Amino acid sequence: MVRKTKPKPPGGAKGWVALAFLAPAIVVLGALILYPTFDTIAQSFQADTTREWIGLANYREMISSPRVITAIRNTAIWVLTAPILITGVGLIFAVITEHVGYGTAVKIVLFMPMAISLLATGVMWRLVYEQDPDKGLLNAAAAAAANVVEPSGDYPGARPPNNAPLRTEGRAVVTEETVSSGGTIGIGLVGVLEPPEAKQTAPPETSSDQVGIVVWRDFKPEGGRVGKIDDGEVGLPAVPVELIDKSDNVVASGITGSDGNALLTPEGSGPFRARVPPDAFEPGFSGITWLGPTLATPAIIVAFFWVHVGFAVVIIAAGLSALPRDVLEAARVDGANEWQVFRYITAPLLAPVLGVVFITLLINVLKVFDIVYVLAPPSVHDEANVIALEMWRSAFTAHQYGLGSAVAVLLFMLVIPIMALNIRRFRGDD
Amino acid sequence: MAVLSLVRKEPKSAIRRIARSISRGPLHIALVGATFLWLLPTLGLLVTSFRPAAEANQSGWWNVLGQLNQLTLSNYQSILDDSRIAVAILNTGKIAVASTILIVLLAALAAYALSWIQFPGRDWLFPVMVGLLVVPLQMALIPAARLFGVVGIFDTIWAAIVFHVAFGLPFAIFLLRNFFKGIPVELLDAARVDGASDWQIFSRIMLPLGVPAIASLTVFQFMWTWNDLLVALTFTSGDSAPLTVIIRQDMRQFGANLDIIAPGAFLLMVVPLLVFFAFQRYFIQGLLAGSIK
Repeated sequence: MVRKTKPKPPGGAKGWVALAFLAPAIVVLGALILYPTFDTIAQSFQADTTREWIGLANYREMISSPRVITAIRNTAIWVLTAPILITGVGLIFAVITEHVGYGTAVKIVLFMPMAISLLATGVMWRLVYEQDPDKGLLNAAAAAAANVVEPSGDYPGARPPNNAPLRTEGRAVVTEETVSSGGTIGIGLVGVLEPPEAKQTAPPETSSDQVGIVVWRDFKPEGGRVGKIDDGEVGLPAVPVELIDKSDNVVASGITGSDGNALLTPEGSGPFRARVPPDAFEPGFSGITWLGPTLATPAIIVAFFWVHVGFAVVIIAAGLSALPRDVLEAARVDGANEWQVFRYITAPLLAPVLGVVFITLLINVLKVFDIVYVLAPPSVHDEANVIALEMWRSAFTAHQYGLGSAVAVLLFMLVIPIMALNIRRFRGDD
Repeated sequence: MAVLSLVRKEPKSAIRRIARSISRGPLHIALVGATFLWLLPTLGLLVTSFRPAAEANQSGWWNVLGQLNQLTLSNYQSILDDSRIAVAILNTGKIAVASTILIVLLAALAAYALSWIQFPGRDWLFPVMVGLLVVPLQMALIPAARLFGVVGIFDTIWAAIVFHVAFGLPFAIFLLRNFFKGIPVELLDAARVDGASDWQIFSRIMLPLGVPAIASLTVFQFMWTWNDLLVALTFTSGDSAPLTVIIRQDMRQFGANLDIIAPGAFLLMVVPLLVFFAFQRYFIQGLLAGSIK
């Protein structure tokens, strides 16, 4: 190919000189790529350590192993989602960054994760995905959102003590006794931490049209009486309370003050029962297990996305800047709008570059190992398994060299057609 | 850019330009927002690495906003005093530097022969060497581990170095051979007429002229080997393991070891980031040329 355009290099057949220059590379490539490739293929048909020929046994074990099946399924999910998503979003970012003055700065920020070890990426994303909303960034954000949708109560886990004159209806707590206007009634709860600045409580004074409700912590370390306000028992502030009539209609509602008291003025004179509605006991948002068995693979794909979008943007942007400016401007002068320019000129001219990005990502995704190994907690490795991880695990943790080799050969078979495509492209460039 | 230059040519369209930049408001917000989001994980790691262990294990890093005084250098002091970490950092450096130098050297030698020495078999040797790119390194892990055991370098940094060299070579040879091909033939003819040997041509002409390609290759390979986990995990352990492997071990107890993991991971990032910012152009050129690893 090259010789058509260039004169032959000078010098005769100097095989031995060439050999001297090539020998180190040939030895290393032969010993550590070529020989191992054949040896791994052989091992995939042999027993683990005795290396007796055992036919297809390793492959049979492979296709019947649930771990490998999960790995193949997950690799398929990776292959179907990550490359297309990253190429698409990369294209959008590349087009936008072309049109803004600070585009280069954006590109540098997006690209930076590519320079970082995937181990460090794994550590970062563990911090993002921590399940405890107090520690994990994403769950903290989710908790903030959840609190808007369904605010958590101030007293999750609070409940009436055994043998108290109270009953629970769903999460709500209702008094068994009734109260009429001018009277007071108490709701004592346990399972509550002592509120800050808590005060000894007592039933409130009421006028004849009012009903007093006291909600208190019916517990003291030395032991107290159930359903009675003992010395040292404190009022629970900010508890929503309601009065309900015989047919469970709410006739009055309020919120307890700092001494645990609330004064309500119901219509009618009773008898009523007092109730603490379920909102008060609504448990807080406890965080989504992003790195648990069900969500691990999508969560890890997101981290991979974070790493690789910059790569797509940089390569696509380089392709964009190589587009013929005059053609684009001519189209705009002729009245084409930005979308038409993109759809009919930019996109077709950019197709080869998009192809390169997509194929490169495809190969990376097939071989993905580090980010899964690091980001998925070891207890989830079975569920988040991918082919490259399974190869490593069966070979180097389970020491099943035959199975590991069979999985490696499977990976090789998947990579070959795509790589062959890629190398044809190289030779075309040559 | 093209849009702006077009607009600038028409003075009347100032109003249109303003209208356009206003209509682009949401776009700017989205772009700046995305950029900020992209920085958050890194920022989180950085902040965490400066928080005392007890705090970091209890609350999210964003809590420092109210209490900046809790930030401390003590995590860094203690991991740098920890000989285990110090040895690991040293190993990371040794592996990355040695394998990068060897890859560049071996690839340059081979690329010179493949582009400028006439010998039988040259036409198939180059495609075969570059064709080895198709082999995923998983295909070589088991036999290489056995081979290293036989030679006696398993569990030393040399196992990782030699393995990196092998799997770096196909791309390196491809890159350098294509670059060397582009060097004008007259230069070589002149040198040959003057009686220069192949070694002299290689070291006095090819290497100096090849600097741009060699620089890209060096940056690219250095980053690759510095950041590697898989190869080191397979062939090294304990005293021969680089930082990635050591941090990974500590991650088994993520929360409890955060005061080691976070500063360790950040130290691991510092070198590639410096290299990236200093030699951005070369790194991206390497990627553009390859787009394969």
